[in-house]
Amino acid sequence: MNEFVETLLDLPWQSGDPKPAYDVVIIGAGGHGLATAYYLATRHGITNVCVLDASFIGSGNSGRNTTIIRSNYGIPESVRFYQHSLEMYQRLEDETGCWIMHSTKGQIWMAHSVMTARTEQTRALMNSACGAKTDYIGPDEIKRLCPQLDITGGGRYPVHGASYHHEGATARHDRVVWAYAQGALRAGVHVFQHTPVSGLTRGADGRVTGVITPKGTISAGTVISAVGGRVSTVAGWADVRLPIRTHPLQAFVTNAYAQHFAPIVSSNDLVFYVSQTPRGQMLIGAEYDAFASYRQATTFSYLQSCAKKAVTMLPFLGKLRILRSWTGICDISTDFSPILGPTTTDGFWISTGWGTWGFKAIPAAGEQLAQLLATGSAPLIEPFGLSRFANEVAMADPSSAGTR
Amino acid sequence: MLWVNCPNCGKRPFEEFRYGNVFPTTPESITDPDARNVDFAWMQDNIEGEILERWFHESGCRRWHTARRNTTTDAWLPVDD
Repeated sequence: MNEFVETLLDLPWQSGDPKPAYDVVIIGAGGHGLATAYYLATRHGITNVCVLDASFIGSGNSGRNTTIIRSNYGIPESVRFYQHSLEMYQRLEDETGCWIMHSTKGQIWMAHSVMTARTEQTRALMNSACGAKTDYIGPDEIKRLCPQLDITGGGRYPVHGASYHHEGATARHDRVVWAYAQGALRAGVHVFQHTPVSGLTRGADGRVTGVITPKGTISAGTVISAVGGRVSTVAGWADVRLPIRTHPLQAFVTNAYAQHFAPIVSSNDLVFYVSQTPRGQMLIGAEYDAFASYRQATTFSYLQSCAKKAVTMLPFLGKLRILRSWTGICDISTDFSPILGPTTTDGFWISTGWGTWGFKAIPAAGEQLAQLLATGSAPLIEPFGLSRFANEVAMADPSSAGTR
Repeated sequence: MLWVNCPNCGKRPFEEFRYGNVFPTTPESITDPDARNVDFAWMQDNIEGEILERWFHESGCRRWHTARRNTTTDAWLPVDD
């Protein structure tokens, strides 16, 4: 066990009962919940905060993602938001003093047809204009960046070109959660694990006034739901209708590949992405399952189709074996953009719609939501409020689902 | 493996099917016509439990059918119609 984990275990985790009232109660102690608590306490001095989790911290989607950090999205509002998050990740080790194993790798987003090559060219130009450094590169440059790639795509998916996102990175998901948990605890935030919330208490005017847990009812000035897939159930207690459908997203790692695999490789047409973990394992993922489900189960047909796509482009993967697979249940919004901020019910805030793009947004979403709660203004997330649907302004982002 | 009960072909692997989505509903409690339109266009029930939904047997009888499924277990249940 390393030093960081030992320090973490020495922290005074709350084992007793929570206080009867807090200024802010956050449901869900994953990356988003803990980051929000961390920034509320460190940036805005709101330390009377409690974070509750049904299981251990980071046990939901924070522990079930593919740890990719990138900002090459499809609409300017998203690019600016995710670029801010990407830059915060680059500074996170300095800020929290915890090693999160951040590694800038560069992301190659391949196009296998003239049509998608145009999409990637557009993406490169639009992203660069919004501050996310992205270039369109040809097959020779792609081969130089990733020698393992079969540039002919087995004859079926030739690589026409790619948009190269220079600052694409990965970080260790657990460590990000721990870094925020540690920072929040040191700042005086209370974190209670294994404390499932079973309902919300409501005032006479309908306002959400607290949460119901096995450790008793906890009153709250504001309740924030930072819940992953089960967010519709939680919002239902507050009579809030959400444009969210919960889909499973599967991913897997192979056994270790002895060579260095430098970049993150993804494909626009085939829809899959490959990167190498610090342990040498090849991490492979693709798009979310077509049907809505809360079951965190891996299907053989997914492993088969995803492996087939990955082996087509990276033939060396055929010699590796699937070591481990996992499934997260993603809260996917109707317009493929996150939903952050107050809801139609007073005292109830949400951070949801994180679908397949939540990990990369943890720092910025936490910071901006904390800022919105403390000061009433957060320009970066202003376009992503729940009220946008009633105003018929969809933030339709075609670049956020899976890798599409 | 997941199995779908097709009313024409019996129990078949779900890879043969295409998902046709749930039946959209709007709660009666929303009475304002504009708000009902917004709800119909964007909002989802996203039920954690039993739902009614459509499936298309793409690689089989090529017919649509209505299925009842528990979203927490992915168990297909009898449809009473």
